[in-house]
Amino acid sequence: MEPEKPTETSPEQGSGTGDRPLWREEFSIYKADERYVSRRQLTKFLTLTSLAMFAGNAWILVKSWFRSRVSYSERAIARAGEIPVDGVKLFEYPGTEDQCILVRTGEDRYVAFSQKCTHLSCAVYYSAAHHRIECPCHEGYFSIEDGSVLQGPPTRPLPRVILERRGVDLVAIRMEVEKEAR
Amino acid sequence: MNGTRISQTRGLTAIDGAMALIVLLLVVQMWLLSATLDAYLAGHDDAALPGAVISDVLFLACGGLYLFVIRQEKLRRVSGASEET
Repeated sequence: MEPEKPTETSPEQGSGTGDRPLWREEFSIYKADERYVSRRQLTKFLTLTSLAMFAGNAWILVKSWFRSRVSYSERAIARAGEIPVDGVKLFEYPGTEDQCILVRTGEDRYVAFSQKCTHLSCAVYYSAAHHRIECPCHEGYFSIEDGSVLQGPPTRPLPRVILERRGVDLVAIRMEVEKEAR
Repeated sequence: MNGTRISQTRGLTAIDGAMALIVLLLVVQMWLLSATLDAYLAGHDDAALPGAVISDVLFLACGGLYLFVIRQEKLRRVSGASEET
């Protein structure tokens, strides 16, 4: 049995929809109204979740827009012969927080990759014994030749740093993110 | 009194239907976000714009359904008040 609704509200209570005070719209004392209020509040929550999903998609759009416009500066990262065969050197490229790994795989052969695993961003290292790049977190292995995935949870290859030899200097020119086959 | 109860039930059914539709749209939006993120991380930037546009459309649809729910509630309040006076 619902209580009888009052036909008037005191003016000091403020007004919501029509003559009702605002607080009564949100906390109705009537069972019939409460059904509507609870549904409206749940719908509001669902709509805000939808807004969050859209914000996520917009964030990806902005990130991809910036990624397509990133410019790489040329920078000397090491000198030829500075590291032994099967030796490594860590360096930052293109930014100061982007760790990369340079590996000397032969007498006159150098390769460089981003040191961030494409699975969960652990730092990868070079395993000279297995001649591959390994991620210690989840045993993801990458080819030393081109950074492609050999095994493990990562599905994307390591971004490669394109190197150019200028005299005795090894110069990083740009990053090459190999697209995953669809 | 009986008419009020029938219109109230209809209003609630309409709101329940709108809520079910919003949940459906949300599931599609969640899938869209995960698919777009996966494509972005795989180096495919071409999926970002269509993903954002479709997600925007789905959000607007959810917003429209939310306004519909508010309208239904207001109608119920107005009809309830007029029957009492």
